[in-house]
Amino acid sequence: MDVRKGLRYRIHHETAYDYASDVLHAHHVLHLVPRPAPFQQCLEHTIRIDPDTYRRRDEIDAFGNAVTHLEFEHVHQRLEVLTQMEVEVHPRPKVFAGHSMPWERLCEELAYYGGYPTRENLEACRFRHESPYVRVKQEFTDYSAECFPADAPIMECADALMVKLNRELKYSPGATTVGTPVREVLKHRRGVCQDFAHLMIACLRSRGLAARYVSGYLREGPMRDANAGPAAVGAGASHAWVAVFSPPFGWLEFDPTNDVIVGTGHIAVAWGRDFGDVSPLHGVLLGGADHKMEVSVTVETLTPW
Amino acid sequence: MNDDRLGPGSRVETHLAGYDPDPRRYDELRDQQGAVRPHWRGLIDRLCTDGAHVIARRALELTRRLIVENGVAYNVYSDPQGADRPWALDPLPLILSPEEWRGIEVGVAQRARILEALLADLYGPQRLLAEGLVPPELPFGHLNFLWPCHGLAPRGGRYLHVYAADLARAPDGHWWLLADRTQAPSGAGYALENRDIVEQVLPEAIRDLNVRRIGDFFGEMRESLRGLFDDADNPLVVILTPGRFNETYFEHAYMARQLGLPLVEGQDLTVRNDTVYLKTLGGLKRVRTIVRRLDDDFCDPMELRSDSHLGVPGLISALRARKVAITNALGTGVLESAAWLGFLPGIADRLLGEALQLPAVASWWCGEKPALDYVLAHLEQLVIKPTYPNQHFEPVFGSDLAGEERAALARRLEKRPYAYVAQERVALSQAPVWRSNGSPGFTARAFTIRVYAVATEEGFRVLPGGLARIAAGRAVDVVSTQRGGGSKDIWVLSERPESPAATAAHRRLQVSIRPDDVPSRVVENLFWLGRYTVRCADNARLLRSTVRVRIDRSVWMHAVRIGCALGVISPASQPPAPFTADQDPFGIAADVKRIAWCASQVRSRLSARYWRAVVGLQRQVQEATASREQPREALERLALSLAALSGYAAEDMTHDEGFRMLRIGRRLERLQFVARLLAQHLQSATAIRQSQVEWLLDVCHSMSIYRSRYFVAPRLGSALDLLVRDLHHPVALAFQCDSIARDLDGLAATLKITRDPGIDAPIPELADEELLQLEGDDGAARAARAALATRLRALHVAAADLSDRLSMRHFSHTGDSQSVWM
Repeated sequence: MDVRKGLRYRIHHETAYDYASDVLHAHHVLHLVPRPAPFQQCLEHTIRIDPDTYRRRDEIDAFGNAVTHLEFEHVHQRLEVLTQMEVEVHPRPKVFAGHSMPWERLCEELAYYGGYPTRENLEACRFRHESPYVRVKQEFTDYSAECFPADAPIMECADALMVKLNRELKYSPGATTVGTPVREVLKHRRGVCQDFAHLMIACLRSRGLAARYVSGYLREGPMRDANAGPAAVGAGASHAWVAVFSPPFGWLEFDPTNDVIVGTGHIAVAWGRDFGDVSPLHGVLLGGADHKMEVSVTVETLTPW
Repeated sequence: MNDDRLGPGSRVETHLAGYDPDPRRYDELRDQQGAVRPHWRGLIDRLCTDGAHVIARRALELTRRLIVENGVAYNVYSDPQGADRPWALDPLPLILSPEEWRGIEVGVAQRARILEALLADLYGPQRLLAEGLVPPELPFGHLNFLWPCHGLAPRGGRYLHVYAADLARAPDGHWWLLADRTQAPSGAGYALENRDIVEQVLPEAIRDLNVRRIGDFFGEMRESLRGLFDDADNPLVVILTPGRFNETYFEHAYMARQLGLPLVEGQDLTVRNDTVYLKTLGGLKRVRTIVRRLDDDFCDPMELRSDSHLGVPGLISALRARKVAITNALGTGVLESAAWLGFLPGIADRLLGEALQLPAVASWWCGEKPALDYVLAHLEQLVIKPTYPNQHFEPVFGSDLAGEERAALARRLEKRPYAYVAQERVALSQAPVWRSNGSPGFTARAFTIRVYAVATEEGFRVLPGGLARIAAGRAVDVVSTQRGGGSKDIWVLSERPESPAATAAHRRLQVSIRPDDVPSRVVENLFWLGRYTVRCADNARLLRSTVRVRIDRSVWMHAVRIGCALGVISPASQPPAPFTADQDPFGIAADVKRIAWCASQVRSRLSARYWRAVVGLQRQVQEATASREQPREALERLALSLAALSGYAAEDMTHDEGFRMLRIGRRLERLQFVARLLAQHLQSATAIRQSQVEWLLDVCHSMSIYRSRYFVAPRLGSALDLLVRDLHHPVALAFQCDSIARDLDGLAATLKITRDPGIDAPIPELADEELLQLEGDDGAARAARAALATRLRALHVAAADLSDRLSMRHFSHTGDSQSVWM
């Protein structure tokens, strides 16, 4: 794969909920439109919703993501949300990990000292603390200790942490739910991409580093190379990975589920402090009882390599 | 003032002999020379007479009685004593002089202004962060800094409507600020209630000493809220509570009563098209302002904590659309942290160009290296507190720790310094308290005070008075209502006599809530309370009648088959075990559990004896499950208790729309039961046998009426005549339909809505010849019975439809009949 060229993708994302009993009224919040970023551009986006009687409002949230609010006030037993988009993803500039800032110095730079913080550092401070899905705990610091040797550049640490998580966590769909606390994930060492990402973020933030949660899509097929290497884990659904604040290079992204540094194979949709800020679809219903959910995601590469 | 009464050896001196303040603390009552301070003299002089111990005893007794009568309670979540603990009030007030109060008043009002400006910056341009005047760790690490509220300008441009400050007096005699309360300051209701009680306990003293009225605090608050929506006529304001398990639920209910506003829970509100509505029996009512008693992050499961069921989904959207206002604004809780205290002087200077008038207790936020170094070197003199409210860390006095414990604390601080704040330990001042054991004289107790400010058109107004909170022990420096301790009224003395006009104005108006503003949830629970009570009674009677016929095999088979078909008898348990565990969803135990649950949801509407009967019912079921006695006896008793429940409902409850719904629930349930029972009976091959008909009449509690009316042995035709078409027999189908129809008329008239069409299937009209034919034994008779059974089943379905329609229309507010928000 020639990573110097941009790639163009067509993505279909379909989510269907079947409810066991009537839903009388519902609010939903959707994060489904890829946000603009220096390395990607959403060329086209459509969203189709069934039932089609609803109220809709589009906004930008506090982290710069596109959010869609939906309200259904008619009885329904099924909800279908189908999005289609075309996104161009550009290769990111090559950086040399050894040139990134030593992690202890970064911690010091981010901590308050009474002077004017740089804009970049202040922005990073939003992602340094506990958030609803990510605890800050000594056990995360201890678990990741070997990845943070003294004076090591932050990128090397993040890379080592990614490798460790990929090796030690078992990817097992169904083992966790949206609400599984990250401490449980550490205890049982298994989960899905969301859990991998949350645990990596917890390890970074527990040391005072800044990390954010990125949700998006993943190209199917081999990860590292067009012809070889392990197949992508987590394709066919929404995916999640981690962005680590790594001056002087800004935010660099790591995918612990696949053990790769994020490049043109990942399409970002939204980022925030954790899953709760950017979940693709979140609803609160009146009625409905139990539900069955089906998700399908296909990522088609339009530009051949 | 006659000096020889106050001097050494005087009467007052004798009375104060047992008063024992700690000499290292400031004594509110006496100065360093031991003389009673001037502003206390008036009260002390009155109390220290020859009858001092009588006065004290009477005061304490009256106080205790008034607390019980007024139902003042404080819930402690994990209180082994049970949910409600009576409020503890020492009727001896804390007295503050006019000069002293002026300092507090000015300082608290200024502080409220500064915090308001700080909130506007944090949720707006965040200049203070950019300029390094505020550490990003403070807002961004705090769970009540709500990102969805960033950039959301509150309606009326105001974040704080009510603010409270906790103050303490140090040994040097100065007042220091301990903590800010910014999201939903509690205690104002208790302060007013304390004043009401003390006014009755010490009426002359409060009149003669020029004590300032605390006045219409809530009235002022209401005016402040009204101002947010000057475009609407009589805008609806509601108080949002987490519910009756909250520790300060008494206060929520008190506020609701004082303000005449509905007290609602999250599920009572709904957001449609970015507009907030209260679900009431009469439909959706638009809500303009929400006074919240719910924590920031619980308020909207859509955009905040999704695991919270206490909030209102879509509330933030409605706030963004500026169609509703909430007080205090969402996210104001971010300022509730001791970490802010040290930064406030700089913030005040930058935002308002003012110097802070009310200093805070010296505080060091450990996130700054020099502060951490100082704290580690001076642990001995400091209290260590968590920066964030969700940390599992109780405040600890450095001096209480030694050796390894102290070293462990130091390591903890070094690992995550920004998560801790150190404060100078303040030796709290002491005030006299009546000894609660009745022995004469006063004892000294440490205390802190909570002072309230309300936003008005003219700026923040500080309530002249407040809540003094007394520590549980003599030399305790932590005051917490959750840990026990008590409270006091605060008397602020005035230089001039209070005008009589002010006294009259202070009489607060008790406003009653309009009947159509009653939340749907309450009415829905009444409706189901009616249904479950009847369901339980009918099932119990069916079981009892069945147990009774065990010796007659043919009737027994007939009865058990019908019991199974109706879901009352489990096919797996033969003979029937009526009191099976409550996991069995159809068992009596499960029915009783449902009754108890519905009753607990509407407890304020039930009489004391009704509630006692519900508790008794649960006990009966427990005993019956455990014992081996004949189920018949137990079922007999249960039927009696359920009858009592119905009687109490009819006698004790106001016959308003809520009661109407309870009655509709009862009638619908009975209608469904009798229709299904008769349909099943008619289908049986042995339907016309006398003993089977006897059983049927017994299940319907109609044997004696039947005997007195028909003078013949039980026959199917006559039984149907009684059970189907008798308008005056309270078990008959016609009676149920008639009663429901009249209640639907009443509902439509009161609520001014279109009347529901009611039961959409007719009561079978049975002519005498038809009744006779039903008794036959030939094919035509069997066909006639089957046809009647079909009509009865249609009636059952129609009743279920009506129940669903009522529930859609009055409880969940959806479906085609609702269009008020379009």
